[in-house]
Amino acid sequence: MTTIAKKLRGKGIAHEPGAPTLTLENVTVAYVSGASSRALRRVNGTAETPHALENITFEVFRGERVAIVGPNGAGKSTLLKLIAGVLRPTEGEVRVFGHGPAGHICIGYVPQRSQIDWSFPVTVEDVVMMGRVGQIGLFRWPRRQDWAVVRQALARVNASHLAGKQIGELSGGQQQRVFIARALAQEAELLLLDEPLAGLDAPSREAIFQILDSLRPDGVTVLMATHDLNVAAERFERVMLLNRRVVALGPGTAVLTPDHLLQAYGGHVQFMGEGANTMILADTCCDHGELPLNKRG
Amino acid sequence: MDWLLVPLQYGFVQRAILAAVVVGVVCSVLGTYVVLRGMAFFGDALAHTILPGVVVAFLLGWPLALGALIMGIVTAIGIGALSDQGVLKEDTAIGVIFAGAFALGVALLSLTGNYTVDLAHFLFGNLLGVSAGDLRLIIVLGGFVLLVIFLFYKEFLVISFDPILATTLRLPSDFLRYLLLVLMAVTIVVALQVVGIALMMAMLVTPAAAASLLARRLPVMMGIAAVIGAFSGVAGVYGSYYLNVASGAAVVLVTTAVFLLTFLFAPQRGWVWRFAR
Repeated sequence: MTTIAKKLRGKGIAHEPGAPTLTLENVTVAYVSGASSRALRRVNGTAETPHALENITFEVFRGERVAIVGPNGAGKSTLLKLIAGVLRPTEGEVRVFGHGPAGHICIGYVPQRSQIDWSFPVTVEDVVMMGRVGQIGLFRWPRRQDWAVVRQALARVNASHLAGKQIGELSGGQQQRVFIARALAQEAELLLLDEPLAGLDAPSREAIFQILDSLRPDGVTVLMATHDLNVAAERFERVMLLNRRVVALGPGTAVLTPDHLLQAYGGHVQFMGEGANTMILADTCCDHGELPLNKRG
Repeated sequence: MDWLLVPLQYGFVQRAILAAVVVGVVCSVLGTYVVLRGMAFFGDALAHTILPGVVVAFLLGWPLALGALIMGIVTAIGIGALSDQGVLKEDTAIGVIFAGAFALGVALLSLTGNYTVDLAHFLFGNLLGVSAGDLRLIIVLGGFVLLVIFLFYKEFLVISFDPILATTLRLPSDFLRYLLLVLMAVTIVVALQVVGIALMMAMLVTPAAAASLLARRLPVMMGIAAVIGAFSGVAGVYGSYYLNVASGAAVVLVTTAVFLLTFLFAPQRGWVWRFAR
């Protein structure tokens, strides 16, 4: 019972000074279809086991913004869940601020909208307050300062006027902003966003990037899984092209080359123009009913 | 007003009403989690699997609640562990245990003389037969369930709404999940005498389902569900007294009627409201 009480009161472990925000070393995750995450953790990768992720190695530094792109089933969500400490690697090591992710409460995870039950009886305010539960601790109720943090977080995402709404009454863009506010209330230093742009119109996307821009002075590190290659190239310092393994990682212009894209997407990507003027429009397979922007006949 | 007061001169009616109110409140409040987490089938199964525990206690002359409690907690944890393995789907695992345990209970009970009467009491409750000792037990266990729900309110909310958030906040998710299952087992024991095994599901699910159509926040949903549960309990006892209907069935029928009215006439989410738009 004491360990449980301690866990419930825990404020997360201290960060290793000078350690990168995120380090993955030779991380491999064995994939078992249809099994629970718990089962996933137990499976030992053998030669014949197909891998959801294979030999992933990279580092991300404080304040960086990295886009993760790749076809469906590339392992984008799996990668984010590994970093959040929701899944454990079969092999290799994940370190956040120098330690395993399991001790940190500073990792904000914004789930795909399809993962949330929007009819759940909670208001916007309630959802954002959930981000504080780690700091508040067991057997305690939100204090005045917790409510202040919640109000501040809502103001930062321009959603103060939505505080009393049930979450199902919000538009897609508002829902996404509320979940970012929840991560802010959690005082997240590493923000993981799983397809936050899916199904959003241009102004809503713009609003999300304005929020992310406003986090830069605080040194918040952002990893975003997205299907939108244009956004990835334009709005992020680095792009990771993923298809079970890292196909390429670096500045968008260096990563999103026809060669790399063919490697990652096979025949599912189309190009316009010639040579260096190649313009990438979209991959043709999307979740959430997103249609490709272009198909050349 | 006489018709309200006349039954109250009997001690057994007073105890029945008190028991029905406590059970109505406890089942409904816990039931909000059953509804929100989609655990209805689990609840039904858990109610059935306690039968062998009850029967063994009955045959050994122990308090029935003790046998039910032990069996309930064992199966709550057992089903949880079995579905965690990922070998069987959860509802399949539950189905196997559910039917097997229930059959064991029926088989054990059929060895005794007064088989049908006893089975009927276990299956459908015996609200008008609640003793003072039963009532004390109902109040103590029911109070325990409500206290734990209160103490772990925000943690239960997080694991129910967003399990990934629970992990990133490093809440002990497994402990909380099992705690909720144990609370469910205790609640079933509390409600055993009021509605019985077969009608348990109605008390766990129906008031909370009606409340879900009326509330936009969890505490409000719990409050409305509790009121519906308590009202159903009282109305059920009166119905049973005057109409000579089986008490457990009367309680459940009142709850169901309240649900249907809510389903039809709830503001915004009710059928009539949506139809009118």
